[in-house]
Amino acid sequence: MVSLFRRRSGRRDDAPVAVQGRKAVIEIQGVTKTYTMGDIEVHALRGVDLTIYEGEFVSIMGPSGSGKSTLMNILGALDQPTSGAYRLDGVDVSRLSEADLAKVRNKKIGFVFQNFNLLKRTTAQRQVELPLIYAGAGGRSRKAMAALESVGLGQRLNHLPSELSGGQQQRVAIARALVNEPAMILADEPTGNLDSRSGAEVLQIFQTLNRERGITVVFVTHDSWIARHTQRVIMLRDGQIVADAPIAEPLIAGHNERPSMEDEMEAVLKTVYYGGNEEEYN
Amino acid sequence: MNLFESLRIAIDSLLINRLRAALTTLGIIIGVGAVIGLVSLGRGVEDYIASEFQSLGSNVLFVFSSPPTSSTRAGVQPMTTKEGEALRSRAVAPSIRTLAMETLVGGIVAAGSNAIQLSVSGVTPNFIAVRSWTIRDGAWISEEDNDRAARVIVLGTTVVERLFGDKAINPVGRTVTVNERVFTVIGVLEEQGGGIGFIGDQNEVAFMPILTAQTRMGSARTRDGGYRVDVLHIQALDEQSMDSATQEVETFLSDAHGVQFQGEQDFTIINQADLLSSLGAITGILTVFLSLLAGISLLVGGIGIMNIMLVSVTERTREIGLRKAVGARGGDILLQFLIESVILSLLGGALGVALGWLIITIGALLVPDLRLSITTDAVVLATFVSSFIGVFFGLYPASRAARMRPIDALRFE
Repeated sequence: MVSLFRRRSGRRDDAPVAVQGRKAVIEIQGVTKTYTMGDIEVHALRGVDLTIYEGEFVSIMGPSGSGKSTLMNILGALDQPTSGAYRLDGVDVSRLSEADLAKVRNKKIGFVFQNFNLLKRTTAQRQVELPLIYAGAGGRSRKAMAALESVGLGQRLNHLPSELSGGQQQRVAIARALVNEPAMILADEPTGNLDSRSGAEVLQIFQTLNRERGITVVFVTHDSWIARHTQRVIMLRDGQIVADAPIAEPLIAGHNERPSMEDEMEAVLKTVYYGGNEEEYN
Repeated sequence: MNLFESLRIAIDSLLINRLRAALTTLGIIIGVGAVIGLVSLGRGVEDYIASEFQSLGSNVLFVFSSPPTSSTRAGVQPMTTKEGEALRSRAVAPSIRTLAMETLVGGIVAAGSNAIQLSVSGVTPNFIAVRSWTIRDGAWISEEDNDRAARVIVLGTTVVERLFGDKAINPVGRTVTVNERVFTVIGVLEEQGGGIGFIGDQNEVAFMPILTAQTRMGSARTRDGGYRVDVLHIQALDEQSMDSATQEVETFLSDAHGVQFQGEQDFTIINQADLLSSLGAITGILTVFLSLLAGISLLVGGIGIMNIMLVSVTERTREIGLRKAVGARGGDILLQFLIESVILSLLGGALGVALGWLIITIGALLVPDLRLSITTDAVVLATFVSSFIGVFFGLYPASRAARMRPIDALRFE
């Protein structure tokens, strides 16, 4: 099954190696997405070009309606673009069948959701084994245990979601995203349902995974504070990328206090502030 | 992903939602239980009725002094003892083994202050052999009793109970009156099974010698110099000779009664097979009716499964979305939901068999005469039907789950 998949997907070892000799994980060219709602056509994406390299830690930002969620769905192989090309880890995803897309999601993408999306009344171990089951992989319990240990939950293998804190539940979800060794982890507001302390913990795990294991991480968020912990910010507006820049000095999770209410309020009142590289927008 | 994994995922999901799973199976449990219980009940009643008629005695023919319903004959010439005796002859009727005669005497039987209206039978002594009955107390009517037209009587247990207050009493030697003539009780018949009585209570009977009935109870002689006989009880040589025995009786009596054309008979010949087949038709309808009722409850159970599976698909939309996000294909989801519903309905089928067994056990306690049992075909049918229900009613919800788009499913609140 796997070999068949590789042959058809045309994975190449000579996949484009670009800037700084790094391999591109995500290559998007001229991607558009149009929804038809009755007689009205909604252009959610109007031609997006984007390349994300192996080992990058990127956040995609944008207000509601900017096409942020649509882009995430396409990046996550949950949806197909109306036109344009999307290569994920050398595989042209924009032409795949439903079943092949499922395989791409299984092998190449690890999802982390805002609301964790854990199965109820299922142990942490079983949650993490889920992608392995659909992959038909062997050595499941060993791999799941290793993944849970890497997020600091080695002692909580048999805990149910109801017995875990929000931060711990999200860590189970991260372990689940990691377990198939995907090309990238796609996280949708991963700290959105967490308090500041748990949020910082989760951010720390992502930073560690990115720094120490070179895992590519893509955050989709509207929270500039979260985005400041990543290395690169991509800003979407009305279905197009309006800004794409590296963050000079990313924050280190847990080392900085979130700006006080007063500061945030002041920022809202005084400046148009989108997060990320402030110079770009001032 | 292989079938074993799908099975494990389905079982996990069912265990996670125990209450819902239990409620879903309830419909099937009741449906299958009803099928097994009712079908067995129908069969039990059929068997009971059949055995009731078989208890009349094997290879038995009855000849009544009444025209068949299709007869065009106006008057009835009664059968006589002379005709009965002639039929006993091998030359006339080689297929008849035994022939007993019965003359009915309607009247009031009394003992002390207790009196009952009863049709007392005057019978030949070989009557008890033809009917395969046995005596509980005392003795049956002897040839000698008959020859001297003795005023003796043999009672059934119901008559003993109504005359003496308790069916266990042994009334041998006591006297009763039949139409104010005094008789001595010489015997009591063993209680006959049944009593629900499609053919009447076989214990509500009293017998005296046929000659007593014919000579002491006011019967006049017939034209041929014999006495009136109301019923001939004939035992054929074996089951194969039933038809020839019927033919011989028909020929002889038609000749004796001057019947020239078919349809002019003033007598009716009935055999067990006729009775059984006409009653079989009735009980067959009963069984079909009960099966129909049970089938409807199974259908309702199946719709219940579909209903709850559909609710379950909606309720688990996010789960489906997540499974698809981590790599489940439509086929994996379809298989999971299908296996879930098949497991539920097979489980329901198994528990339904248990429920059916319970119904049958209780039924057997309440009506001991019905021999009820779970038949293999009912169990096989229940298993087949419940797995069919699982697939049939599970397919639609499962395909709905499989067709969900992961983004819609994940966004679902």
